[in-house]
Amino acid sequence: MNGDFIIQNAPALLLAVPMLAAFATPLIGRLGSLARNIWVIAAMTLTSAIGLLLAYDVFTAGTVLYTFGALDPASALPLDSGGIPVRIIFTVDAMSAFMVIIAAISGFAVMLYMMASEAKGSGKDGFYALFLLLIVGILGMVCTGDIFNFFVFLEINSLAGAALVAYRVDKGVAVEAGLKYAVISTIGGLFVLFAIALLYGQYGALNMAVIASSMQYTGLDKIALVLFLSALAMKSGAVPMHFWTPDAYSMAPGSITALLVVASQASLYGVFRVVFTLYNVALDYAAVGWIIIILGVLSMFVGVTMALVQKDVKRLMAYHAVSQTGYMLLGVGVGLAVLGQQTAFDTFGFVAMEGGIFHILNHAMYKGLLFLTAGAIFYRTGTRSLNKLGGLGHSMKWTMIFFIIGALAIAGIPPFNGFASKLLIYESVFLFNPVLSIIAMVVSILTLASFVKVFHAIFMGPKQPQYSDVQEAPLPMLVGMAILAVITIAFGIAPGLVVDSIVAPAATALADQGGYIASVLGGL
Amino acid sequence: MYYNLPFIIAAVIAVIGIGAMLFRRNLIKVIMGLSLVEAAVNLFLVALGYRMDAIAPIFTNAPGTSMVLPTVQAMTLTNIVIGIATTALLLSFTMIIYKKYGSANTDTVRKLRG
Amino acid sequence: MDIVATLVTGFGFWNPIIWLAVLAVALVIAYLIWLTGESSYKPGTEQTKPYLSGNPEPAKQDVHVGGGHLYWGFTEAMRGYYDRIVPLHTGVLTDYLLWFFGIAAILILIVGLI
Repeated sequence: MNGDFIIQNAPALLLAVPMLAAFATPLIGRLGSLARNIWVIAAMTLTSAIGLLLAYDVFTAGTVLYTFGALDPASALPLDSGGIPVRIIFTVDAMSAFMVIIAAISGFAVMLYMMASEAKGSGKDGFYALFLLLIVGILGMVCTGDIFNFFVFLEINSLAGAALVAYRVDKGVAVEAGLKYAVISTIGGLFVLFAIALLYGQYGALNMAVIASSMQYTGLDKIALVLFLSALAMKSGAVPMHFWTPDAYSMAPGSITALLVVASQASLYGVFRVVFTLYNVALDYAAVGWIIIILGVLSMFVGVTMALVQKDVKRLMAYHAVSQTGYMLLGVGVGLAVLGQQTAFDTFGFVAMEGGIFHILNHAMYKGLLFLTAGAIFYRTGTRSLNKLGGLGHSMKWTMIFFIIGALAIAGIPPFNGFASKLLIYESVFLFNPVLSIIAMVVSILTLASFVKVFHAIFMGPKQPQYSDVQEAPLPMLVGMAILAVITIAFGIAPGLVVDSIVAPAATALADQGGYIASVLGGL
Repeated sequence: MYYNLPFIIAAVIAVIGIGAMLFRRNLIKVIMGLSLVEAAVNLFLVALGYRMDAIAPIFTNAPGTSMVLPTVQAMTLTNIVIGIATTALLLSFTMIIYKKYGSANTDTVRKLRG
Repeated sequence: MDIVATLVTGFGFWNPIIWLAVLAVALVIAYLIWLTGESSYKPGTEQTKPYLSGNPEPAKQDVHVGGGHLYWGFTEAMRGYYDRIVPLHTGVLTDYLLWFFGIAAILILIVGLI
């Protein structure tokens, strides 16, 4: 009975567990730090387990609906609602489940890492509570089927993220980064709310499926589309709205940066959800597709060239995060641009979408891993400057190995996972437009070049006297990194399995607007 | 025209807010601009739900006339709460920045760049 | 095993297992070549000390080439590009907002006109 109860209410529990745990953390913290640590570990482990269970349910049994406040949560249209889905409905389709998997894995690894990396810091009650709230924000954004609910979780995501960025004041510089992140994400959130108001004013509904089924693509809808697109692309760090990304990523504590990557990807999911599910058939595919492709190409190129000249290791990695987001935008944008042409979509459009979506998963794993290694280096040496670091390969061997795995994966070297998704993007985009594919490859080479620089500057060279007492990172941090490293390798060695079992269903779910509407409205 | 007045006012407030965010260099004024944009969005939301000669949407003992839309009001309330949290967070950030940097001017609060 | 690993791209395919097998063969060949070498390495002797034409060895922190010195040639060659792109990252909050609003305005023009 208990198992059934959990599976039936998984979408609600997925949010209820971390949210309740977050608000109880300061209370539990009064009992002592051991109790609080156990509480946070248990809450995050449970959340990850429910997330993976929900994802398994979705990939085996199809889209899961959860209607809040209804007697039978699985039905979107209970008898008393008069044929209109008035309640908040969570619509967890394959794409949402895919994002839930990412958040569950990253969240768990980051939580383990955080237990050691933050052990010496002050104010841990608030820190852990904000961490769990950030998880709530991410999971809520990717699960919800209600656009106003999406806005609320977007704000939770932004506020918790900004507060965590600024948490270690660091002579005020971290607060500066937090302020920039908070201001720009709040104005982005208001854009989204205004767009929601425009849609509600016309269609009188907040449910994505209802709006999608009655979408007219009027002038107001176009404005709403642009507001959604610009605000969410900004939150996912697309050039030329990426300026907050290096600031926030470089100043956040090491563990949090790895989670901020996932938070940005939840916004990226928002871009795709709006374009593919809310609008889809109403759109001019080529125009919007090319907008996304151009944003993607700009992100790839500007991100990687800016990364090459950075002297702060985390800032450098942050620019790479911008650059890798470009790959996802490029892949999915190509899929969108040819969505209307059946033969082109079947030959390469779908593969490009698979590549872009697979890259989201891979990016969360290897970029999280890289940020965690950078955090471990900062934890032991107290500096992030590439000019001051050196010779750490002698004392931090495991960190070095994890860094190599992450760096090779991000540069797209076989057999790591970055290569698999980049190959899908290269070959499909080449059929669409060879120039884009060549740019993507050049960017990959520059990525490798800049990570060679980081590797040399941090780990190579003779053992430096000022770092003679540097130790290997503590065990929980290594375990957190090892989880992500193992997944990076495993997805690289078995890409066919991953693509067939979770990426292809996610891409299908995203491209198939009719299926999404039918799953909520029952084919009305 | 009469019906559109709230929307026009919302647009004017939003433009003032955006102007303040773009052309004022003081962080407090930037945050004030942000609050103005938020107020404009709130006004827009509430105005969306307004009906002429309608009553508050309370069904108990309601006369048979039309009611204003409750959904947008709920959305506005949610946004007001979010807005308070955001503004408080931003102002406390500004306070710390002023303590540490000795200035709350966007031209000087730029240690992170390049 | 083939189904687990093979990735069909629509243009070709990619199988990391085959790739790893080839890599393993290459490593074995490299190891065999290495075995034929002469083992004269003795740690802790004069042999392992750096030899700089008879000059004394500088301190360890002076020998290491910091990360900031790498790719000087590349950035110098791309000077025309970097001189434009790096100053754009001003770090001023109002500039960030200006870019954001500007892009939104441009997108409204593009989407509206099509």
